[in-house]
This record gives sequence, C-alpha cells and structure tokens, in this order.
Amino acid sequence: MRSDPNARAPLGLKLAAAAGLLFMHVPILLIFVYAFTTEEKSYQWPPPGFTLRWLEVTWNRVDVWQALWLSVQVATVATLLAMLLGTLCAAAVSRTRFFGRETISLLVILPIALPGIITGIALRSAFSLADIPFSFWTIVLGHATFCIVVVYNNAVARFRRTAGNLIEASMDLGADGFQTLRHVIMPNIGTALLAGGMLAFALSFDEVIVTTFTAGQQQTLPIWMLEELVRPRERPVTNVVAMVVVLVTFLPILGAYYLTRGGDSPAAAEK
Amino acid sequence: MSSAAAAILPPRGGPSGAASDAFWRHPKFLLLLLLTPPLLWLGIIYLGSLFALLAQSFFAIDHYTGMIDYTPTLRTYRELLTTPANLDIIVRTVLMAACVTLFSALIAFPIAYYAARYARGKWKALFYLGVMLPLWSSYLVKIYAWKLILAKEGIFNWVLAKLHLYWLLDAYLSLPVIGGNSLSVSYTGTFLVFVYVWLPYMILPLQASLERLPNNLLEASADLGAAPRQTFWSVIFPLALPGAIAGSIFTFSLTLGDYIIPQIVGSSRLFIGQAVYMQQGTAGNIPLAAAFTVVPMVIMGFYLWMAKRMGAFDAL
Repeated sequence: MRSDPNARAPLGLKLAAAAGLLFMHVPILLIFVYAFTTEEKSYQWPPPGFTLRWLEVTWNRVDVWQALWLSVQVATVATLLAMLLGTLCAAAVSRTRFFGRETISLLVILPIALPGIITGIALRSAFSLADIPFSFWTIVLGHATFCIVVVYNNAVARFRRTAGNLIEASMDLGADGFQTLRHVIMPNIGTALLAGGMLAFALSFDEVIVTTFTAGQQQTLPIWMLEELVRPRERPVTNVVAMVVVLVTFLPILGAYYLTRGGDSPAAAEK
Repeated sequence: MSSAAAAILPPRGGPSGAASDAFWRHPKFLLLLLLTPPLLWLGIIYLGSLFALLAQSFFAIDHYTGMIDYTPTLRTYRELLTTPANLDIIVRTVLMAACVTLFSALIAFPIAYYAARYARGKWKALFYLGVMLPLWSSYLVKIYAWKLILAKEGIFNWVLAKLHLYWLLDAYLSLPVIGGNSLSVSYTGTFLVFVYVWLPYMILPLQASLERLPNNLLEASADLGAAPRQTFWSVIFPLALPGAIAGSIFTFSLTLGDYIIPQIVGSSRLFIGQAVYMQQGTAGNIPLAAAFTVVPMVIMGFYLWMAKRMGAFDAL
C-alpha cells in the first residue's frame, strides 16, 4: 500500500489526526486564556477583558503557597524514596534471574494498574486499623508506593541497554564492586534515574485520588484544586493556579524527554 | 603455572573491599540485600493494606448500631449483589467504561497511525510531545478545563449559538439516558471528560503496535490486489488489536475506579468509585466499601487475563 517512505498520508487520515490533537490541546489552551479574564463570577466566553490582576492576587494568597509548599515537600520526599526503592528493585531484577522475578514486576506495577481509589481506601483503612494519625508521612507513604513503578520502569529499560560486559571489564581491570558502581554503573543509568525521578515528581505533584484518602486536614495543591472544583469560591484564583500547575508539570516532562531522547521512552512506558 | 598464581589476587583490604569481595562470592546475598527494602515496602505497606481491606469485606455492619461486626460473613456481598441500586451502579460503570474505551480507540487510531507511519523527524517529535504533554498535565486541570467548556456561559454554548445550532443541542439533550438538563449534568458530559482524560493512554500503546507493523506486509497485501479497505481489516486491524487492548486496560481500569470526574461533570447517579467513597466516608460502612472495591478488582483481573491471552502485554 504505502511502500514509499515519502508517501503522503490520505487527507482523511490527516484531518482525523489533526482533529484528535486539537481535541487534546484546545481545552488546556483555554485554561491559559481564562487565567487572564476580568470576569470573576462566571466562566463567560469570550472573556469580556483581560487583566494581570489575578496573578498578583494569587501571589498574595497564603493558602495557595502553603498547599504548593506541601505538594513540593511531599513530591520531593516521595520521589527520593521511590528512586531508592525502584532502583534497588530494578538492579535486582535485571542482574539475575531468580524464582519469583515475574511476580516482583507485577507487584511493582500493581499500585498503578489497580484503580487509585483501591490503593487509597486500602491505605486509609490500614492507617485507621493501626491507629496511625494522618500526617505528612501518611501522604508520602501513599505517593512513594505508586511512584516506585515509574523509576523502576526507567531503570529496568536502561539496565537492559547497558551491556553486562562493561561491568565485567571493570571487574577484570581490578575495580571492586563499589568502584564499578560509582564509575561504570552510575554514569550509565544516571540519566535514566533522573528522568524517572522527574516523572515520579510530576506524578506525585499531581496526585489527588490517593491523597484524598491519606491526607488529614492538610491540603496539597491538587486537594486545594479539588475543593475549588467541587465548591467554586474564587474562580479567578483557581484559573491562575490551574495555569501555573500546567506550566510546572510541563517542565519535568520536557526534561525527562530531553534526557532519554533516542532510547527508551520513559513517560510513554507507564504513567 | 606462574601466570595462574599471579591471577589470584590477595583479598582486598579494608571493610569496603571485604564487602565487595563478599558480594562477588555470594551473589544471592547481594540480591537479597537489593530486594529486601522494596519488597518490604510493597509487601507490608501496599499488599498489607490491600489484604486488610479485602478482609474487611467479609465483615458486615450492624445497621442499628452502625458498628462493624467482626465475625466473618458473606452478608456484605449479599447486600452488594442483591440491592438493585448497587447493581445499577456496577452496570452503569461497566457500560461507561466500555463506551469510553471504544471511543478512545476510535479517536486514538488516526493519531497513532499517522504518528507511527507518516510522521518523520520534527513531526515525529511533535506528535510524541503532543501526546505526552496532555498525558502528563494535571488531571484536575483537565477536568477543570471541561468545566469551563461545558459551563452555560462557556465556549461550547457560544460556538453553538454562533453557528445557530442550538436546536441540535436541545434535541440531543431531550434524548433519554444520554441527555439531561445540560451537557455538564448528563452522562454525555461525563463520557466526554473520561474520553478526554484517558485518550493519551490509548494512543501510546496503539502507536507502539502500529510502529512494529512491517511495511512489507502492507505491500504484499496491496500486491495481492487488496483494496485499502481490505488491507485495513485483514492486515492492519488484527495486528493493531493487541495495542488497542493494551490501551484499553488503562482506559477501562481508570474509568472503573474514578470518582472525581462523575462528581464534577455528571448527573447525581453514582459510579463505583463514588459509591466506594461515600460508603467509606459519610456512610461509614467500610465493609460495603471494601466489597465494592472487589468489583473493579475482579473485572480487571478477568480483563487482564483476557488481554494476556490476546497478546496485549507484548504491546505495552
């Protein structure tokens, strides 16, 4: 049919693909327009006028800053934990074949393969059974659990591409295990880990379903957004926060894309 | 031989050298060391809570006192499966998940096909990021965007008014089941947001399976005289199906468990996720909530088993 690599796509296919991409992007672009609207009581379109006032109003909001700060802290700690656990797991799974290896892969993927509400409610009921009060750490616990898989996937893909004979060569040349780790293994998997970490950060930063079950009175930024979605109080501030959230999550995604270009596609593997 | 003697080095000095040698000699020990922390974490925190939750579904709540009765019973499951309202919730959620999956596949296919078979160089990267950015942008912001679009004074109604198509929307909304007072409180609204939010999860595996489609199969099909339509149905479709099924695992599972989208854009009729949320929250009926979560787990277990038989995991 289309053997010629320079063959042109049929018009229908082009239109359908373009329409699909538009469908995916126009709603997000709308957020950017609404962040500057002068209308504050409704979602009126087209906006009656544009203003930068809401940026300033949002900047001065203490609750937004607190929610943002909590989200950043949770995402940082959860990402570090996930990077540690995910890398260990990936190293174990890729360097040896052992009984139950497939089961471990399944176990790592399970927290995101099952609907988030199951993870959330399971953790919540476990906390209440064990009499653990909700805190910063209960949120982190939940987030780290489903972030492991992102780091794991990235690390496994990179370990698979890293030739085993590099490690053998290093050992043959007299390096001990730690020197090999430091001078051979780490430089090889470093960018994959970084990319995995960025994606884990983005995942944690955005998470809301599990968080509603594992947070007490504290508000992460998504919880703050959810409150505003259910009971809109200050639409202009919500609009600005929505825009900032989109911008902030784009950065790690672009970064992860840049770091792993031309090899394993990290973000595509699993969200 | 002298060379052999030189090859056997003396043990390394210092604690780190000794540890390094020990790891080399006992790889099982190193493996254990690597695996213990993640397995402890996932085993205790995740599986532990999951089993604790499952266990609770075998208790039942005493409707008079509101306390949980800790004697094993199947009463909660009977309540789940015999109450018509609960069955309605399950059927509604599964139907919605099926529709969302089907439509996501329909919208995803042209994008995936174009990206896999025609896009080159710069366009390829553009398509990749074009799918990746919506995939990773905030879930809540995406829902919020649809709230803006579907609002009465929002852009959707504005476009319809400009095109003088308002009567069409009114006719659509007067349809039973899928209609409602406005799009934002109808099944159609919920459906649209679901499709929008999960679409990238369908595109990626579909694209991956289409990229593996060998060109010479298409050529052979054309050489043997097949019309493009025939090639599509007898060559492309069967080979893309595992990818679509892999994508459907996500769209299906995510729709089954979501409780935020139907709460924000939708009618007041509940979905499984909302039922779970209400039962554990306001109703305080943890056993019933736990039993409800078993439904998506069983459905997904069955779904994954089917998907595995159809070879979808190779497309992931």
